[in-house]
Amino acid sequence: MQAVLHTSYVSMSRADLQAFLTELAAKLLDAFTTERFDRSVPHNVGTAMVTAHFTTATSLERSLMVLGEELGRAVTTPGHSTRLAAVQGALAAGYAQALQDRTRHELERISAAAFTARSAAEQARWASETRFKAVFADAVIGIGISDINGAILEVNRAACELFGYTAQELSERSMFDFIHPEDKPGVWREVKEMMAGSVDHLRMEKAYFRKDGAQIWTDLVLSLIRDPDGEPLYIVGMLEDITERLRLQTRLRHQAQHDPLTGLPNRTLFFERLGTALEAGTAALGVCYLDLDGFKAINDTLGHELGDELLRIVAQRLTTELGPDGHLVARMGGDEFVILVDDLDDGTDGADGADTGRRDELRRVAQRALDTVRHPVVLGNHQIIISASIGVVARGDGGREATELMKAADTTLYWAKNDGRDRYALFDSDRHRTDVNRYELSARMPEALARGEFVLDYQPLVRLTDQRVVGVEALVRWALPTGERLGPSKFIPLAEETGLIVPLGRWVLEQACRQAVQWYEVANGTGEPRTRLLLSVNIAARQVRHPGIVEDVARILEETGWPAHALQLELTETDMMGTTGTPLAALRELKAMGIQIAIDDFGTGYSNLAYLRDLPVHVLKLAGPFTTGRSPGHDGGVDEVDVEVLALLIRLAHTMGLSVTAEFVETAAHFERLRRLGCDIGQGWYFAPAAGPEVIPQLLQGKVPPPPQPG
Amino acid sequence: MVDRPGWVPDDVDLTRPSVARVYDFYLGGSHNFEADRTFAQEILAALPSVPMLAQENRGFLRRVVAHLCAAGIDQFLDLGSGIPTVGNVHEVAQQANPHAKIIYVDHDPVAVAHSQSLLSDNDRAAAVSGDLRDPASIFTDPVLQAHLDLDRPVAVMMVAVLHFVDDDQHPAAFIAEYMRATAPGSYLVISHGSTDERQDMIDAQELYNNRAESPNSTRLRSHEEVTALFGNLTLVEPGVVRAPQWRPDTPDDLPPNVETCPLFAGVGRRD
Repeated sequence: MQAVLHTSYVSMSRADLQAFLTELAAKLLDAFTTERFDRSVPHNVGTAMVTAHFTTATSLERSLMVLGEELGRAVTTPGHSTRLAAVQGALAAGYAQALQDRTRHELERISAAAFTARSAAEQARWASETRFKAVFADAVIGIGISDINGAILEVNRAACELFGYTAQELSERSMFDFIHPEDKPGVWREVKEMMAGSVDHLRMEKAYFRKDGAQIWTDLVLSLIRDPDGEPLYIVGMLEDITERLRLQTRLRHQAQHDPLTGLPNRTLFFERLGTALEAGTAALGVCYLDLDGFKAINDTLGHELGDELLRIVAQRLTTELGPDGHLVARMGGDEFVILVDDLDDGTDGADGADTGRRDELRRVAQRALDTVRHPVVLGNHQIIISASIGVVARGDGGREATELMKAADTTLYWAKNDGRDRYALFDSDRHRTDVNRYELSARMPEALARGEFVLDYQPLVRLTDQRVVGVEALVRWALPTGERLGPSKFIPLAEETGLIVPLGRWVLEQACRQAVQWYEVANGTGEPRTRLLLSVNIAARQVRHPGIVEDVARILEETGWPAHALQLELTETDMMGTTGTPLAALRELKAMGIQIAIDDFGTGYSNLAYLRDLPVHVLKLAGPFTTGRSPGHDGGVDEVDVEVLALLIRLAHTMGLSVTAEFVETAAHFERLRRLGCDIGQGWYFAPAAGPEVIPQLLQGKVPPPPQPG
Repeated sequence: MVDRPGWVPDDVDLTRPSVARVYDFYLGGSHNFEADRTFAQEILAALPSVPMLAQENRGFLRRVVAHLCAAGIDQFLDLGSGIPTVGNVHEVAQQANPHAKIIYVDHDPVAVAHSQSLLSDNDRAAAVSGDLRDPASIFTDPVLQAHLDLDRPVAVMMVAVLHFVDDDQHPAAFIAEYMRATAPGSYLVISHGSTDERQDMIDAQELYNNRAESPNSTRLRSHEEVTALFGNLTLVEPGVVRAPQWRPDTPDDLPPNVETCPLFAGVGRRD
């Protein structure tokens, strides 16, 4: 058994193998010794060896040798010798036949397996090719295959339809025949890199000319196909026609960026262009913000259709006038247009000169815009003349950001409107700052009123005959949290604009009445003569127009206990003269309640003296210049004509039964002159400045100003 | 149409030798072709002990499958199984446990086709085509999923195959991936050719790797390198040893010169 061990691989443990071989040896011995020789026994032993996978020839050789040696010792007769030969022969025959069968069988199996594997691979390839052909031929996107030199090898039907060429015509061409002027720079270098194998995929939007010359746009994807060794082999291009999509995109973009009425760029496009220009750092950049004057009236009287027609005409005129110079005309909405003046030609070298030059160019553009708008317009049966106002801002003057610049342009436009329309205004940073401050103040005012930031000062009204204080004028101040105190001229006009004057005026009146009542009662307690001061409070036109004015005043008088006859309300001459209708009725009611009405700043407006008689007025307060003199006279004295006018005014007032108060009495000379002319009351620094309520009681003690103390 | 797409691989070329069929030849089988036999003879001239090594490897395979069956394993994943010649895994395993399930994996389409034909009437064993370096695609094979329950322990066999995987294919990494995908109690079986103390092996490797038609280049590994392939698995006694020394049937069953047998074998267990 040792002899056959390791001659072949047999999958048995050593013990199993020993048992197996022992059994075979026993069978052979039996075949040798048995009386009647059975050839099939050694034959089957040979077969069994092959079945157990003793498949190398050495196994048989060693077996036969061992058999010959071991059994040879038992050969004593010729019969034995014959039998031994027969056993060996049958064993060899059985082994050979089994091995032949096994070998044939195994070869058959491995061949079948090879065939199966190969046909499976063929099948897969066929399926792949078939699928590929189907995908290729029937794809809705164009597919083309070229070699790595760009020669077109194959195209599908969709590609032919896309280009308008036949497959034959295309296959006679190269990829490089399709270079297009709109190809992005560098694209063909990338294609060459792909051919060299350093790029595997490319994607781009590419334009082509069709055979008929029409231009198409495609979404092109190029893929490099390599052979199994990685060498570039083919380039597959897939093309999707995106011409329509791009066209639609272009149209939608145009729609989104243009005004449907006039066809001008809209504010979106304008801000885009402005942003781009600002980013590009163009120093020479400016904006003209144009608004038609009185457009609302035209719309209201002639109708929206003609209004729209007017806008179209203006748009067209502005574009025709300024477009050729490269300026962008856009419609911001309503009757507002804007001209972006880019790349100004300053025509000078120096920086300061450049600024001036730029502004001059901007002015010229604005002027041309105004001029073209001014031409008469025929609308339906009407010929009308219109005008526009323009705010002009150069970059840098009005801020660096687009929004800042446009805010500045808007403000400047407002100036042009305010300054009388039909003109342009140039941005002025000082004026802008003032505007901004005013805006901030007016925005803060309601909060300031609620937080008690307003305070009252009082200025004595002095009877000129005896220099006694007979009244006070309440003057409102705004004490800002910063410590700054603002006079009424800084905020009253703002309050009138916003309407805050109504609650503010109410507060002033109430506060003044309370204070006056307090002075009266204190005087009573100290045993001083109970002097009922005249309390004079300013009132604005807007307050008088406010429907609840009479009720408000009556309520305040009742709540504070201040008598109506000791209250004087001051209106400026301008406010008074513009007062008609209901407000005038309110003044009459207030007068009927016993309240005195004074005309403040008399002489600054254009009073209709005849009308003055019909007004519910008791007092004229002469404006400062009457007191101080309008022009210096000879020897530094007073102009004689001024004195005559003043005397005449005082006499006129007295003739109409009105009392006269003079403001701005600042010197003894003022005082003397006014007293000589018969003026009733004076107020001013000569007597006392406006001051807090605490100083008033002592001023009631004697003459003001007190005579100088001796030594 | 371009006449033949170059991207469809032609992977059945009987004029080139195949590892699976050469191995069969060394085991005395006839599942081979002229190219296989010619190649096998050339290697044989340089390394006459190759058939003996093939037999020792086959002997180890028989013993280890029997051992694992005795340890209760009834699922086998044989990677790089080759031609299912005499004494293959399913024969040994199903002899011990008729319910044992076996999946053979090979990348040689002929070996796979042959295995499929051989196993056509065995519903507990199947062969699939796959690359052992890609565990993810092996585990997602529907035939494998139909046969193996990966929630239960499985024996992952890499017998005489890893010496065809070079270091740049990161064998330790994909081995670890196989073991992560298996349940605790699973085993990893490795046998691996080695050059330790064998100049003839070094020469044979060189000869083999320099032949243009060699089917797979070889990377023989040292004892230390083979041991490292088991990662953090617990090595089953006697550890990584010369293949004949791995649990021989009887102590006297060891061939002469066993100490220089250029084939290491070992079994690791996932705890």
